[in-house]
Amino acid sequence: MCLAIPGKIVSISGNEPLARAGKVDFGGILKEASLACVPEAKIGDYVIVHVGFALSVVDEAEAQKIFEYLKQMDELGELKEASP
Amino acid sequence: MKFIDEYRDAEGAQQLAREIHRVTTKPWMLMEICGGQTHAIVKFGIDELFLEKITLIHGPGCPVCVTPLEIIDQALEIAARPNVIFASFGDMLRVPGSTTDLLSLKAKGGDVRMVYSPLDAVKLAEQNPAREIVFFGVGFETTAPATAMAVFQAAQKKLKNFSMLVSHVLVPPAMEALLSSPDCRVQGFLAAGHVCAVMGFEEYIPITKKYRVPVVVTGFEPLDILQGVLMAVRQLESGRTEVENQYSRAVRREGNQPARELIWKVFQVVSRKWHGIGEIPQSGLGLRDEFAAFDAGKKFGVAKHRVEESSECQSGLVLQGLIKPRECPAFGTKCTPEHPLGATMVSSEGACAAYYRYRRQCDTITAK
Repeated sequence: MCLAIPGKIVSISGNEPLARAGKVDFGGILKEASLACVPEAKIGDYVIVHVGFALSVVDEAEAQKIFEYLKQMDELGELKEASP
Repeated sequence: MKFIDEYRDAEGAQQLAREIHRVTTKPWMLMEICGGQTHAIVKFGIDELFLEKITLIHGPGCPVCVTPLEIIDQALEIAARPNVIFASFGDMLRVPGSTTDLLSLKAKGGDVRMVYSPLDAVKLAEQNPAREIVFFGVGFETTAPATAMAVFQAAQKKLKNFSMLVSHVLVPPAMEALLSSPDCRVQGFLAAGHVCAVMGFEEYIPITKKYRVPVVVTGFEPLDILQGVLMAVRQLESGRTEVENQYSRAVRREGNQPARELIWKVFQVVSRKWHGIGEIPQSGLGLRDEFAAFDAGKKFGVAKHRVEESSECQSGLVLQGLIKPRECPAFGTKCTPEHPLGATMVSSEGACAAYYRYRRQCDTITAK
């Protein structure tokens, strides 16, 4: 029910804040979504969309953190293995 | 797809699982309150990675499943009226009321339509001025901005033929209700990422303090869930009880301000009965008085019947995390997705449906 998926904004329409909408590309499938609650979203941004409504702009830097963490864990593991 | 596929990486998942095993010194019990997370946990077998160490139990995380029979019956009563187009998310259509469900009503000639968005229901009202369009407004905080927007748009457009049967529920009061129960075994929570994308996570801080439980705002993919579990276990092992945010790519501390404003413009907090749990004070959203003209319950004068819930269906215990779906005697026998006794078996996010879909075969293999 709270399923929301990330998609890339390809176009934006509507001048009034509450009428702001856009075409969002979900892995090749284009769907219209309301962008009324993400005024900061620009073309090319990824937004998390639930029932035709964008809830949040994906923060690309935050999205990488888990992979940086995994890499650090990996390096720590190698260090431990290397130490006598 | 970007921001999905990379969070399903098997090697990363194994790495996180090993770390969880390494830091866990005693058994812990964590609850997620999100049907999407429940399905991911059961589908990817995440719970089976930590048997005897970490138990993942499934809370009332599916709004469809907690919608009380009374409201399903009201929906059925309204949908049966001759001039009504009853619009709903697909998930609600097969949920059994006292005597029937919306899909069966449609088969008998009722005009019940599945819509993707509440905003589609507003379009239906514009396209069908001679008909009454009623939208079934169910969902957690995640869905509330979209349903609020539908009501707001209908008011702006002065649509007289649009109304909503609202049965919105709120997550934090349900967590408190579970934690206040003497049977509660939950030691930490994975909070639902998309609920927090809207509401932020400040409202969980008092809960972590009052009940001494960690709360980790968590995403929906396997790496997200494993990292959420790791963060919660680390807190438990070190005696900390804080709110942490695993799902920071989508969730900010304050949530989505315009979405919250939209919610409070249209809705107010009300008490709500939860299927299987009972009345929880201040746990739902209802329309504000200014929008009373859009209240389908009032508009159609439907009676609020008191309905007894089936004694065969143990979904109440499942929703409170007191039993797992397979412990219900009716699971997979008297109760299947084709003939469900309760919504937890029929909703695509219900815990019983998840176990039926992903675990039934394992049972058969074990039995052989």
